[in-house]
Amino acid sequence: MADTAANVLLQPGTKAPDFSLHSTPDQLVKLSDLRGRPVILAFYPADWSPVCSDQMVLYNEMLSEFSAYGAELMGISVDGVWCHEAFAKANKIHFPLLSDFEPKGAVARTYHSYRATEGVAERSLYVIDGEGVIRWSYLSPVGINPGADGILDALDALGVKGGAA
Amino acid sequence: MSLRPPVSASDHHLGPLDAPLQLVEYGDYECPYCGALFPEIAAIRQAFGDNLCFVFRHFPLSEAHPHAERAAEMAEAAASEGKFWQMHEVLFQNQDALDDESLVAYGEQLGLSQAAIRSAFDGSREQHVRHDFTGGVRSGVNGTPSLFINGTRYDGAQDAQSIADALAAAG
Repeated sequence: MADTAANVLLQPGTKAPDFSLHSTPDQLVKLSDLRGRPVILAFYPADWSPVCSDQMVLYNEMLSEFSAYGAELMGISVDGVWCHEAFAKANKIHFPLLSDFEPKGAVARTYHSYRATEGVAERSLYVIDGEGVIRWSYLSPVGINPGADGILDALDALGVKGGAA
Repeated sequence: MSLRPPVSASDHHLGPLDAPLQLVEYGDYECPYCGALFPEIAAIRQAFGDNLCFVFRHFPLSEAHPHAERAAEMAEAAASEGKFWQMHEVLFQNQDALDDESLVAYGEQLGLSQAAIRSAFDGSREQHVRHDFTGGVRSGVNGTPSLFINGTRYDGAQDAQSIADALAAAG
């Protein structure tokens, strides 16, 4: 499995590997339970990067754009649930942050999104359709927040309604 | 990552619209990094003169910055009476005082009509701000401030010299 600096993401047409991860200390999110609507997975290295350019904080402001497509957005990092909870509370994050904490980075690895050297997730994006098939993926340089334009273009390509926000 | 929609006469701009260089900022009046960029932009504008068109579009991070949306609406209210850039400067110079009462005071200091000041609070300026924001999302804005040079997102350092170098390379 590629888990070095040269990760190659799972490609469109691939079945999205299923997973169950904690979104809060007592809540589990199972990917296959979300069938029927598009899912956006945003792997990211860590909570608590500077706010005005933080990818999760930015996506939080864009939730209405995503929800216009009926899409579910989920952030995933190797931070623990309590860390996510504090980060989400401090920044009023209104979407689930999943904790790929134990075994560390296991889900990130199945999505070819684990940086073994640093022990954190890549900054990678997946758009999964309502049938659980990957329709778009994008690996960003780890230091560069990819924004949301690629996600919205991918949702447009799914042909689901939305985008008129 | 390219600018959607492109710069037009409906944008707030300084310098000629047909200048060979275009610098677009997506910014938030409560964002400290945007505040830090403000004097850098002034230096860049001075260096490039009429070769540069500078455009400001709103990208308020309202969850992170509770006063950002209202401040953007006050800038639009000022624009309705031809004072966008004056208000823009006042807001960036008073980033720690952007509560409603302060915004009204800035409007009065700039001589805005009461109707214009009220329009910052009654929702009538929301659409313009939302339009900027949505265009920013579609253009790949990835935080504030986000800069675009001739339509392409600039990911470099945000000091005057680095931005000027990138502009010179684009020109």
